[in-house]
Amino acid sequence: MPGMLEVAFTRSPLAHARIVAIEVPADLAGRVFVARDLDGVRSIRASATLPGFKVSDQPVIASDRVRYVGEIVALCIGNTRADAEDAATRVRVEYEELPAVSDMLQGRAPDAPRLHPKWDDNVFLESFVEGGAPLKHFEAPVRITRELRTQRQCMSPLEGKGLLAYWDTRRDQLVVLTSTQMPHVVRSGLCECLGLEQRQVRVTAPDVGGGFGHKGVLSPEEVAVCWAARKCGVPLRWLEDRREQLVANANCREHHYVITIYADERGKMLGLEAEASVDAGAYSAYPFTSCVEPSQIASILPGPYDFPRYRCRTWSVATNKPPILPYRGVARSGVCFALEVMLDHVARAVGREPYEVRLENLVRPEQMPFNNITNKHFDSGDYPECLRQLVEALDIPKWRKRQKNGEPDGRLLGVGLSIFNEQAAHGMSVYGSWGIPILPGYEQASVRITPDGGLEVRCGIQSHGQGMETSLAQVASQILGIAPERIAVVHGDTDTSPYSVGTYGSRSLVMAGGAVSTACKQLRERLLKIGAHMLQSNIESVRFEDGCVRTGEAMVDIAAMANTWYHLPHELPADVDIGGLEATAGYKTKRDSGTFSYAAHGVALLVDPRTGSVEILDYVVVEDGGVLVNPMIVDGQIYGGAAQGIGTALYEEMPYDESGQPLASTLADYLLPGPTEVPDIRIVHMETPSPYTEFGVKGIGEGGAIGPPAAIANAVNDALRTLGAEVTRLPVTPRRIFEAIHRSTSAARSEPSVQRPS
Amino acid sequence: MKSASFGYARPVALEEASRILRETADAKIFAGGQSLGPMLNLRLVRPDVIVDVTAIPELVHVEETEDQVFIGACVTHANIEDRYVPDPSRQMMPTLAKGIAYRAVRNRGTVGGSLCHADPAADWVSILSALSAQAVIYGAGQRRRVPVERFVTGPFEAALASDEILEGVSIPKLSARARWGYYKFCRKTGEFADAIGAVVCDPDRDLCRVVIGATGSSPFVVENALHFFRDDTLTEVNSDAVLTFLDSLGLHDAFERQLHLVAVERAASRAAATA
Repeated sequence: MPGMLEVAFTRSPLAHARIVAIEVPADLAGRVFVARDLDGVRSIRASATLPGFKVSDQPVIASDRVRYVGEIVALCIGNTRADAEDAATRVRVEYEELPAVSDMLQGRAPDAPRLHPKWDDNVFLESFVEGGAPLKHFEAPVRITRELRTQRQCMSPLEGKGLLAYWDTRRDQLVVLTSTQMPHVVRSGLCECLGLEQRQVRVTAPDVGGGFGHKGVLSPEEVAVCWAARKCGVPLRWLEDRREQLVANANCREHHYVITIYADERGKMLGLEAEASVDAGAYSAYPFTSCVEPSQIASILPGPYDFPRYRCRTWSVATNKPPILPYRGVARSGVCFALEVMLDHVARAVGREPYEVRLENLVRPEQMPFNNITNKHFDSGDYPECLRQLVEALDIPKWRKRQKNGEPDGRLLGVGLSIFNEQAAHGMSVYGSWGIPILPGYEQASVRITPDGGLEVRCGIQSHGQGMETSLAQVASQILGIAPERIAVVHGDTDTSPYSVGTYGSRSLVMAGGAVSTACKQLRERLLKIGAHMLQSNIESVRFEDGCVRTGEAMVDIAAMANTWYHLPHELPADVDIGGLEATAGYKTKRDSGTFSYAAHGVALLVDPRTGSVEILDYVVVEDGGVLVNPMIVDGQIYGGAAQGIGTALYEEMPYDESGQPLASTLADYLLPGPTEVPDIRIVHMETPSPYTEFGVKGIGEGGAIGPPAAIANAVNDALRTLGAEVTRLPVTPRRIFEAIHRSTSAARSEPSVQRPS
Repeated sequence: MKSASFGYARPVALEEASRILRETADAKIFAGGQSLGPMLNLRLVRPDVIVDVTAIPELVHVEETEDQVFIGACVTHANIEDRYVPDPSRQMMPTLAKGIAYRAVRNRGTVGGSLCHADPAADWVSILSALSAQAVIYGAGQRRRVPVERFVTGPFEAALASDEILEGVSIPKLSARARWGYYKFCRKTGEFADAIGAVVCDPDRDLCRVVIGATGSSPFVVENALHFFRDDTLTEVNSDAVLTFLDSLGLHDAFERQLHLVAVERAASRAAATA
C-alpha cells in the first residue's frame, strides 16, 4: 500500500518484572511508542460474569510491569521490517526482575509470587460442578487415581497473524485488514479500547491462512497498530513472525488433572471425580476469557458415557506465560485424554478389552436424546455402533494376534482407542453459563439474486481455510437450484456482511448454513409468485424445481425472472412482494444446546522400548457428523485435525524453565508433525441427522484434533503393559517413554494405586 | 525476524576472500546459508560483512586421485546425494547425504559450511570423522591439513583462524573389504539428531573407528575401537565398554546414554550386515 510503514515490537525478555525506566533514543521520537504515549487507550478487558471471577486488564503496551516473556513494551515503526526491528533493539528498558510463576501448581500455592497486586491469590476462578448421587464415602470394587498432564501448545497455522491498518480520512474511519476468525468481535474490541464508535471502524479479513483459535481473539498488537496508524496518519503493517507466534501469542491448552474413576467388576463406571487446573497465563484473553477451558473441562469431562456420580473442581490459574487461547477442540483433547486413559486403566483392572468396557458405559441409541450428568443434551447418534465399527475397521483381533507373537526387532505393539462426542454450534445457554462477555446467539445471512440470475450470499462468519465458501454455496444451490459456481459467498468484512460473532466452536455450517437456507427459502417463495405471473398461471399450479418455476411443460428460469424483476418491473403485478430478490434472514437451531457429533479413533503402533520412539502403523477414524454437506471438506477437516492431534500426542510442547523463559522459540525446538509423521488416516462415516438443525447437519470442524492424544497414549500404554510401565503426560516423547520404563523396572511401587476387584 | 544490515562481498578467488577476511574486523563466511541464514534473521549473529564464497572455483572443485577424493567446501549435500561427485566411501556418503535435513536444505547446504558451523548434531561432522577425512584449510597463501575430528573443536567451534577458509575435505578411499554403519536418532524426519553412531572398519587400512555424535559437544572419535565389539564380525557390541566410555565423557543422563549406546549398537549391526 502506498506510504505504508512496517511495525515491530520491543518485547519483554523477562517473565515477571517491574519496569523501572524506559528510554527511547531521541532520533526515534515519533516512530517508537511506549505505554505513556497511548493517550486514551483502554486495556483489553475480558471479564467473565461468573461469581468470584477476578479481573485482569491486559495492557496494550505494558506500563509498569511485564508478566510474560514476549509482552509488548514498545511499538516501533520503520520503512522496512528490518528497520523497525533495528529500532526495537534500541529501546532501553530497565527491569527489576520479580520471582516468576512458571507452573500452575506452583501458582496455586499460598506462598506463590502474585501476578496481579489486587488479587489475594493467582486464581482467576475456582469452580465446582457436581452431578448425580454423592461421591463422599463412596466405595467401589475398582477405584483408580492418576495424576495426568497435558502440555502447553502453540497453535501453528501456516500463516501467523498479520494486519494492516490505516485511517480513511474521507470516511472518518479506521480500516483494518486483519487475519481474524471474527471481524465483528474484533471491531467491538477495537472500539472499546480506542474509544471509537462502531461506524468508525471497518474490519475486513481477506483470505486467512488457518486460524484454529489463534485468530479468534483481539490481540494487543491489533489495538496498538490501529492506534499508531491513526496517530501517525500512515498505513501501518505488522506481520507476526514465527518467534512471536510461538513465544508471545499462540499459546493454548495446559491442563493438570488428579482424576479418580470408580467402577464395578465388569468395568461399569460408578463415578468420576476430578481436580483440574488450567494454566491460563497472565491475562484473560478477549473475548473468551480465562474461564472457557476450565468451564469446558467441568462440563464435558463425563464424555459420551452414562454413569451415576460426578464431581469436578477446577482452577484457572494465572501464571507468567502468555494468555491461553482456545485451540481447535477447546479443552476437549485434554479432557478426552484424561477420561479415556482412565477407562483403559479400568479395562486393565477388570481384565477386559478397552472397547468392551466402553460398551458397558456409552450412552445407548435408545436413550437419545439424552441429558447427561452435567445436563448436556446429546441430540442423536449411536455411540456403541461407532465403537463397534472402529473395532472392525481397525481389526483389533488382528493386532492382538500379532501382539501375542511379538515383533522380530524387539519393538512392542500397542493398540489404543478413544471415543468422544463434541458439542458444536452451541448457543446462548452454554456460553452464557461460562460467563463470557460476547455470546453467540442468532445468525444472519443476506442473499441476493443478481440481475443475470446468479446469487450473492453475505455472511458474518469467517472462512479461514475450511471451505465455507463452497459449503454455503452448496446450501444455497440446494434451495434455489443455482449452480454453485454461479454463487459468490461474501464474508469477512464488517462493511458488507451481516453481524456475526464469527467462526469458532464448529458453529458456522450449522448456523450460517441455516441462515442461508432460510433466506434462500424466502426468495424461493417470491420467485414462485413472479414465475407464476410470468407463466400466466396462479401460484397454486406452479412448482419450483431445478432453479426454475414450472407448470406442466412450461418453465421460466431464475435469470429470466431476475431480469424481469430488476429491469422490467412494470411487467409484474401490483401485489408482487416488494422485498424482491434479496432477503436477510436469521436462524437459530430448534434448541440452542448444540449438536453432538461424535467419533472413535483407533491406532496401532510400535514402541521401541530402547529409544522410546513410536511408529504409527494404522490409524482409523469412525465419525458421525450428521448429514454432510460436503464429504470431501469434512474428510479434509478430519485429516488436518488428526494431524494436529498426532502433534499433541507425540511432538508439540512449549516448555518453560523455572524463571518463566519459553524453551521452544523456533520450529527447530517446537516440533510439528510433518508428512512423514502422519500416516494415511482411514475414515469411516456414519450419518445420524441432528433433529434440531436445518438438513440435520452437525458441527464437525474440530473433532479430528480431539481423539488422537487419548488413542495414542492408550496404545503406548498398551504396548508398555508387559513392562508394567505407563505414560501420564503429553506429549508422549521418547524420553517420557524411556523414563516410564525406567521407573517401572527400577522400583516396584510402594503403594499400588489400583485396587483389583476382590 | 529480519537480519540487521550487513555488508556483502562475493570474491572470485581464494586469496581475495582471505584478504577481505584479514581486512574486516567482523566478517562471516557464507556458503549455503542453511544455518547462517536463520541465525542472521534471528539476529543471533550480526556481522559487518558477509563473505559469500560460492563464486570461488576452488571451493566447488572435486578431484579423485588413486587413494583419495577431494571435495570442495561449497559442494552441496544434494550434489553428493545425487552422486555428481566421486564416492570414496563405498556408498556411505551418498547414502547418508540423503538423510540430511530436507531436500530443500540439501540443495543449498554445503559440506564445508556444515563442518565450519560445527553443529554437534550435524551429519558430516560425524561421517567425515568416521572416514578419517582431512580438512584442507587455506590462509594467506598457505595450505594446511587437519583431521576433521580435530578441525571441529567444540560445539559451534572450528579450528579456523579469522583469515582462514576451509577449502575442502580430503577423504581417503575405503577398500572393497570395508564395512560401515550409521544410525541417527531424530524426533522426526529431517530434524536435528539426538544421537549419532557411526562405525567404519577397513581391515586393509587398519581402520576401525567408532564415532559418538550429537552429544552436545564435538563428536567423540574412538580410533582402534575393536574393544567396543565382542569380535571383529562387529555383530555384538560390548555395551559395558561403550558405557564406560560414555562415563568418561561425562554423559550421565540415563536417557542420553541409552540413545548413544543404541546408536552405536545399531550402527555396528548395520556395518556387520554389509559384510
